[in-house]
Amino acid sequence: MVTRGAGFPAGTPEEPTALEKELLGVAGSVPDPELPVLTLAELGVLRGLHVLGPGRVEVELTPTYTGCPAVETMSADVVQALREHGMTDVSVRTVLSPPWTTDAITAEGRRKLAEFGIAPPRPTGGAPGGGPVAVDLAVRCPRCGSTDTTLLSRFSSTACKALRRCASCREPFDHFKELT
Amino acid sequence: MSAPRTALLALGDDALVLSHRLGEWAGHAPVLEEEVALANIALDLLGQARTLLSMAGDEDELTYLREERDFTNVQLVERPNGDFAHTIARQLYFSTHQELLYERLADGGTDDGELAALAAKAVKEVAYHRDHAEHWTLRLGDGTDVSHERMRAALDGLWRYTGELSQPIEGLDVDWDGLREEWTRRVTAVLERASLSLPQGPRNASWAAGAGRQGVHTEPFGRMLAEMQHLHRSHPGASW
Repeated sequence: MVTRGAGFPAGTPEEPTALEKELLGVAGSVPDPELPVLTLAELGVLRGLHVLGPGRVEVELTPTYTGCPAVETMSADVVQALREHGMTDVSVRTVLSPPWTTDAITAEGRRKLAEFGIAPPRPTGGAPGGGPVAVDLAVRCPRCGSTDTTLLSRFSSTACKALRRCASCREPFDHFKELT
Repeated sequence: MSAPRTALLALGDDALVLSHRLGEWAGHAPVLEEEVALANIALDLLGQARTLLSMAGDEDELTYLREERDFTNVQLVERPNGDFAHTIARQLYFSTHQELLYERLADGGTDDGELAALAAKAVKEVAYHRDHAEHWTLRLGDGTDVSHERMRAALDGLWRYTGELSQPIEGLDVDWDGLREEWTRRVTAVLERASLSLPQGPRNASWAAGAGRQGVHTEPFGRMLAEMQHLHRSHPGASW
């Protein structure tokens, strides 16, 4: 079951129990359906997990983009992983607040993206106001490492990526564009 | 507190209808990169529409089973794609407005926490849509004589639909006059850089333009809805 919500449930989040930590590990290790080199934990979309009773667990996911079609697959994959781990009643809640930013991608996630041939997003430091980060700053080619790259299109194979070309090795590549 | 259903429908319908129009470019865009870009923008808008319409009711029922007069989107977003310049002009006018509106909703313009959360999320996406439209406006306006003329004609042709954008939506605490001023300032700045100028003439035509929020739509909208809704209406409950 997927439900929508504005944000975290009321009240301060409590320290996760040992079981919750274990289940977070299970849910967090599910691969992203569109970028299978990354896990959901590395992408930073897993917002929380609460055990509500024996075999009952609620997971909070945040979408990278509101229209990201991967969210439903992610939810189904998380449900399956937790079921295989003995949870019989798994619900997934989509939360929008606070909005996901590319700063939520872990250092290991960035390394894997580059290794996969996708230029990782540059850290933004959470600039206020949101919006496109100046695209003139150098983006490094994930193949040859050159910073002499140009933007071909602001949108690439998915909404979260832009298409660039390297002037040194002449190869086009995807850049996971910054979202602050 | 929940925002009025009419406000959620107004915002949701704008996003839904523009999403469908942009989706019509699939298979027809001038270059592959633009095909992908327009589809991505359409997808962002569809995500926003799904969230907003789900807050107002059942998203499928609202999308596929309402009659034309029940849609409350502004007429600008239902205008046919026209040539590429028309689509870009529509994108420039609408995304500049949507970004300003979402910014305000994320920052105190609504006491509906869920709507504010959606606006805070969506404003980041729309900033990219606006950026895309601005870059194309510069390229077309400052390109060849033909591209300049087509862009000018598109901006002029859609101008009469821009007045409706800043028509107040009941239940949202937004300074609509201030929003319109900021919109005009931003659009003027882009057009000047593109060696174009802000169209002259009224922003609302004397006929029905400007009544989209009241359910009055332009002729092509009915045909768009027929295409969008026919599968669901012909095969209720169909899935694959």
